[in-house]
Parts: sequence; C-alpha cells; structure tokens
Amino acid sequence: MIKQYETVFIMTPVLSEEQIKETVGKYQALLKEGGAEIVDENKWGMRKLAYPIQKKTSGYYYLIEFKAEGSLIAKLETAYKRDERLLRFLTVSLDKYAIAYNEKKRNGGLKSQQKAAEKKEMKEEVKQEVKTEE
Amino acid sequence: MANDTEIKFLTPIKLETQRKKYCRFKKSGIKYIDYKDADFLLKFVNEQGKILPARITGTSRKYQRKVAQAVKRARHLALMPYVADLLK
Repeated sequence: MIKQYETVFIMTPVLSEEQIKETVGKYQALLKEGGAEIVDENKWGMRKLAYPIQKKTSGYYYLIEFKAEGSLIAKLETAYKRDERLLRFLTVSLDKYAIAYNEKKRNGGLKSQQKAAEKKEMKEEVKQEVKTEE
Repeated sequence: MANDTEIKFLTPIKLETQRKKYCRFKKSGIKYIDYKDADFLLKFVNEQGKILPARITGTSRKYQRKVAQAVKRARHLALMPYVADLLK
C-alpha cells in the first residue's frame, strides 16, 4: 500500500556545502530507486540544537516528504543508521489531516492558521468577560 | 440597628470567577498538531520542559495524546529540550 511519509534528518555541522548536497542527493536517489514519489523538500538549514548531540551544538536540517511503499522505510532507515554524517533522523507516516496541513502550509497562508485561531479564542474570551461583567 | 444586608460597597467586589477550561483544538478546529512547530508546543510544557497534564491545559483526551506525541517527536529532533531550566 502506498502511503505518504515525511522524513527529517540532521546532518553534522562540519560538512562542507558539497558534502551536504552529496548526502541529500544520496537519499533522494535512494528514495527514487525504491519507487518513491517525492512530494516536497524543505531545507531548514543550519539550526541550533536544543541540546548537544555527539558534542555538536548545531546541525543542518533537511526534510523530505514522499509517497512510497511501506517496505521502503526499513531500507531508508538502515541507510540512515549506517551514515556517520547524520546526527538524528525521524520518519513519520502522515494521516489525512497531516497531508492537508502540509499542503496548506506549502501554499502559504497556514503559518497564521494556529495564530488566527488563537486570536479568535482571545476575542471570544474577551467577549465572555464582558458578558460576565454585565 | 444596622442590618447586615444594608452594607453596600462603593465599588462592586470583583469575585474571581473561574473560567471554564476548554480544548483549544476542538474549539478552533485544529486537526493536526505539527511537531515541527516548537514555538506552538511550548505552550504545553512547563519551565522544565515537561508536558503539562490535560487537567491544567484543558485539552481533551484525544488531542492530549497528539500533543504528547508531537512534543516527543520535537524532543527527538532537538527542536525542544528533554530537560531544561527556565525555559520560559
């Protein structure tokens, strides 16, 4: 069964630009070989880690969203485990809400969704307060 | 004779009325909680980075599970700390 997945990996900060490209390319190739369809890619770039991993305080984040057979995930993760250039990785399968969320985010205008919802909440709270005061 | 009921205040005393807690996800129709959005998840942890119980945040059981899952994923990717001091 084909499902949609999302994978994030963190590369060590010591890599050069070229090495980063090479590493990313390797996984793209691996996915394509396994018959996956890459839906989206997102380079988060260098980020500070919340806690040190292998004595590194920053890392290079990269996200790939793809559609593939479930059996490909095991192959991908073994490749991850064997790679010394990676600090961390995470692969999750996406449910229908997650897919919708990501699509919305890609088309812009989502960043504010949660914030807008909160604003609405705030307004309603204010209204409630006014009511109670009355 | 002064009656107790006759006592009047110049300004009405404000009684602390406890606002009813509610699940923010149900109310605003958020179906998916993104583990990549660390700033948002920060609302569901305390200063030490521990996940707050639903009884404090008011989140429903269904979404509390999702919040917990998202926080744990964010921790794994070093977007949020496992242990912290003075996170907020």
